[in-house]
Amino acid sequence: MTEAQPQPESVAHLFEEERSALQKVWRNPRGLLGWFSVTTHQEIGRRYIFTAFLFLLAGGVEAMLMRLQLARPDNHFLSNDFYDQLFTMHGTTMMFLFAVPVLEGFAIYLVPLMVGTRNVAFPRLNAFGYWMYVFGGIFLYIGFLCNTGADAGWFAYTPLSGPQYSPGKRVDFWAQMITFTEVSALSVAVEIMTTVLRLRAPGMSLNRIPIFVWSVFVQALMILFAMPAIMLSSGMLLCDRTIGTHYFNPSEGGDPLLWQHLFWFFGHPEVYIIFIPGTGFVSTLITAATRRPLFGYTAVVLSLIATGFMGFGLWVHHMFATGLPQLGASFFSAATLVIAIPTGVQFFCWIATIWSAGKLTMNTATHFMFGFFFIFLAGGLTGVMLGSVPLDLQVHDTYFVVAHFHYVLIGGMVFPLMGAFYHWIPKMTGRLLNETAGKVNFWLLFVGFNLTFFPMHLLGFYGMPRRVYTYQADTGWGGLSELASIGAALIALGGLVFIGNYLWSMRHGIPAGNDPWGSDTLEWSTTSPPPNYNYVHLPTVSGRYALWSRLPDDPVVTGLHTDRREVLVTGILDGQPDHRYILPGSSIWPLLTAIAVAIGFIASVFVFHDLTYGIILTALTLLGWFWPRRDPRHGVKDQS
Amino acid sequence: MSVHSAFAPAGAQAARIYEHWLLYWYVALAVYVIVGGAFLYLLIRSWRSRPESIAEPTQPVQHRMAKYVGASSVATALILILLLVSAAITGHDLASYGQKPNLQINVIGHQWWWEVQYQNDDPSMTLMTANEIHIPTGQKVLLNLTSSDVIHSFWVPSLNGKRDLIPSHQNTLTIEADRPGVYRGQCAEFCGLQHAHMILYVIAEPPSKFSAWMRHQLQPAPEPVDAKLRHGRDVFLNEPCVTCHTVRGTTALGTVGPDLTHIADRQTIGAGTLPNTPGHLSGWVTDPQRAKPGILMPTIPIAPNDVQPLLVYLESLR
Repeated sequence: MTEAQPQPESVAHLFEEERSALQKVWRNPRGLLGWFSVTTHQEIGRRYIFTAFLFLLAGGVEAMLMRLQLARPDNHFLSNDFYDQLFTMHGTTMMFLFAVPVLEGFAIYLVPLMVGTRNVAFPRLNAFGYWMYVFGGIFLYIGFLCNTGADAGWFAYTPLSGPQYSPGKRVDFWAQMITFTEVSALSVAVEIMTTVLRLRAPGMSLNRIPIFVWSVFVQALMILFAMPAIMLSSGMLLCDRTIGTHYFNPSEGGDPLLWQHLFWFFGHPEVYIIFIPGTGFVSTLITAATRRPLFGYTAVVLSLIATGFMGFGLWVHHMFATGLPQLGASFFSAATLVIAIPTGVQFFCWIATIWSAGKLTMNTATHFMFGFFFIFLAGGLTGVMLGSVPLDLQVHDTYFVVAHFHYVLIGGMVFPLMGAFYHWIPKMTGRLLNETAGKVNFWLLFVGFNLTFFPMHLLGFYGMPRRVYTYQADTGWGGLSELASIGAALIALGGLVFIGNYLWSMRHGIPAGNDPWGSDTLEWSTTSPPPNYNYVHLPTVSGRYALWSRLPDDPVVTGLHTDRREVLVTGILDGQPDHRYILPGSSIWPLLTAIAVAIGFIASVFVFHDLTYGIILTALTLLGWFWPRRDPRHGVKDQS
Repeated sequence: MSVHSAFAPAGAQAARIYEHWLLYWYVALAVYVIVGGAFLYLLIRSWRSRPESIAEPTQPVQHRMAKYVGASSVATALILILLLVSAAITGHDLASYGQKPNLQINVIGHQWWWEVQYQNDDPSMTLMTANEIHIPTGQKVLLNLTSSDVIHSFWVPSLNGKRDLIPSHQNTLTIEADRPGVYRGQCAEFCGLQHAHMILYVIAEPPSKFSAWMRHQLQPAPEPVDAKLRHGRDVFLNEPCVTCHTVRGTTALGTVGPDLTHIADRQTIGAGTLPNTPGHLSGWVTDPQRAKPGILMPTIPIAPNDVQPLLVYLESLR
């Protein structure tokens, strides 16, 4: 790292030279084979986001079909068999194929930019993770289209999901899809953590990391501990179903409750895995909208960490109705209420930020941010209600819970995500989205959302259980259900406006420039869209709000090789420069490895010991992946 | 018309939970109004005033905000403690309601109906029925809950919260009705194709009426009194019906499906799927898969001449 001080002309010349060298080294390979070999984080991140939005569309269509069925009592629009597949696919798609992957996509895209480096720490693992996610999703949907859609719910409680009560391959497809997406999630978690800890710009000490980066770091930590529980339990379920083990079979000494413990030990942290990056979006949007530092940065970061930690201590509140000892239930009840405190602290910090700023840029992103405040607040309060054991026993597994978690997940994650989309799409594509259409989009979603989900609170109290394919007219649930279905139509309309706005703006949108919002994080200092190498000279950071505290003559990192994909590794705590590190380039091997693993996973669903072929193939492709090779220009590459 | 709402408690437990709910509701409403109101105020105040410069708030403002954030956080913690204490006391009260039950009933969940067994020390006084639970008003009734196949959940919102029926596990739940009435309940844990039609009714009656009902139910099915009824009974006993259903007093002793000894006394058929009327019963017997697709009762072809006597016989089972 040196101060860049030589004569202006030679600086410009050097700069151009370095830029063209970097462009050459970081260029994505061309052609079809090249498309499959890409390992740059921008492209992988974009692919994650795009694929996740496709799955959101699929999950949304499933939801619309369910709302059509439930709009009237005793409706015969859908059969019960198809309805069960729909609600299972809807939940599974939204949780495993949309919510987590789309956030991972944003993390993969934004984290290297925000911490000021050129790529994620393990680019090939990153590509591998993406392919695993895509294969898992395609696998599940091929099953669904062949009438092999899972139908035991996204929670797949045993013994209903066991071999006796769910014969056929439906649940096997579901369980194996979990394995795919969790391999993917674990890959992302590992590379995000490493990128955040070791590839930060010099000067970006822990207390200068942007809040969004903190949030995805906490998310990655949670994934690392939560996902193995679901992989384990879905593997056990597969064994019960394919090779006759009896982990969950009560008649052979297994215990169906074991599944619930394992599932919710993943399932509850999953909610925070989705929600925490949502708050990271909000903290970022609020800084951009008020152009003020976030009030209580330290408190917010500690809240994120506390939420991530405590998120593992409440899984049993999904199981109050299973008949727990009172003391045990009370413990989890208390833990459930306590986790409201860190979220409360974040809310108060956001209020303080807006309060002390006094001014707001009311663009579409800010609209979605306020949508989040008003919706998530209600979802958080109903969450506190569900934390009380006696209340939970009334409304558990009813439409009240459906209302609650849509308020929490759509309010807590989708609204911030939409705001984030309007905020960062200009960076990713170079064009601003249309603001008028954006506000129409917001109001349709906001009104439609409340119209759909608010009545469900009441339906729960009026006794309507979840996951019913129809209900009788004399229950009196018809009116509120119809209202919910009308709201769902508005949500669908909002979704169409969103897609239309995106397509229109990509052709006719106003060019964004480097920094349309006057924002504080590093990604706004490079071009929109950023080049594959992100920055010609890696930046240094001298404050928490990197761009706001930047001076014209701030130092940059120079001296990294431009003839290979080299980045600077810095210290964990203070971000002091440590050593150079060569990132691997494009490679087809991640795709081939993913195909090999997929062959093993898919084959094992049909004939369990065919897993062996997958293992052998995977070993062969890993040999190719790690084969050391001498590149005439770049010397021996580090393979990772 | 049956009652089916957590907002319309008809028993001590449900009433206790309802009171507890009111506390949570008012606290939540107050918090929403205060915090949501703060956001609304900020929104109105800041509307259309674009921030131009970047500035750190001044020290006094920072201090004020820090105080305010700290105070709000402490207030949040205090409110949560209040709610938690209330939840613990309510939970304790609910548990102590079930101390000395007057009556014990086993409820066994099946895909997709409820088996009901009235317990008694005298074996001749134990009673099997299905999908309708008669209880005496003002008495604590202890339900022993388990399942024969997958997990179900017993929930009659006007009487108490829910409790799961789990195979190989025994759960208990106490219910009590203050006043006579019909309280509707429905399985609350997804249990397969006909989770939506696994409905039960708790029928609360004054103790004297309940005892009369009990005495009547304990009797075997009435003997057929004419040729048509005899014909009907023979159809029932010769067709596969007997492999699954019991009619006490005959040779039908199947235990896979609901006990039909007094089927004509029940208000619904197919665990609440249809009202128990001759027309519906006829449709049900000839094709149960139509009204309740996926039900484990197969469609049994019955000779056209046999259908009417069979229906008449079933309707005689009072």
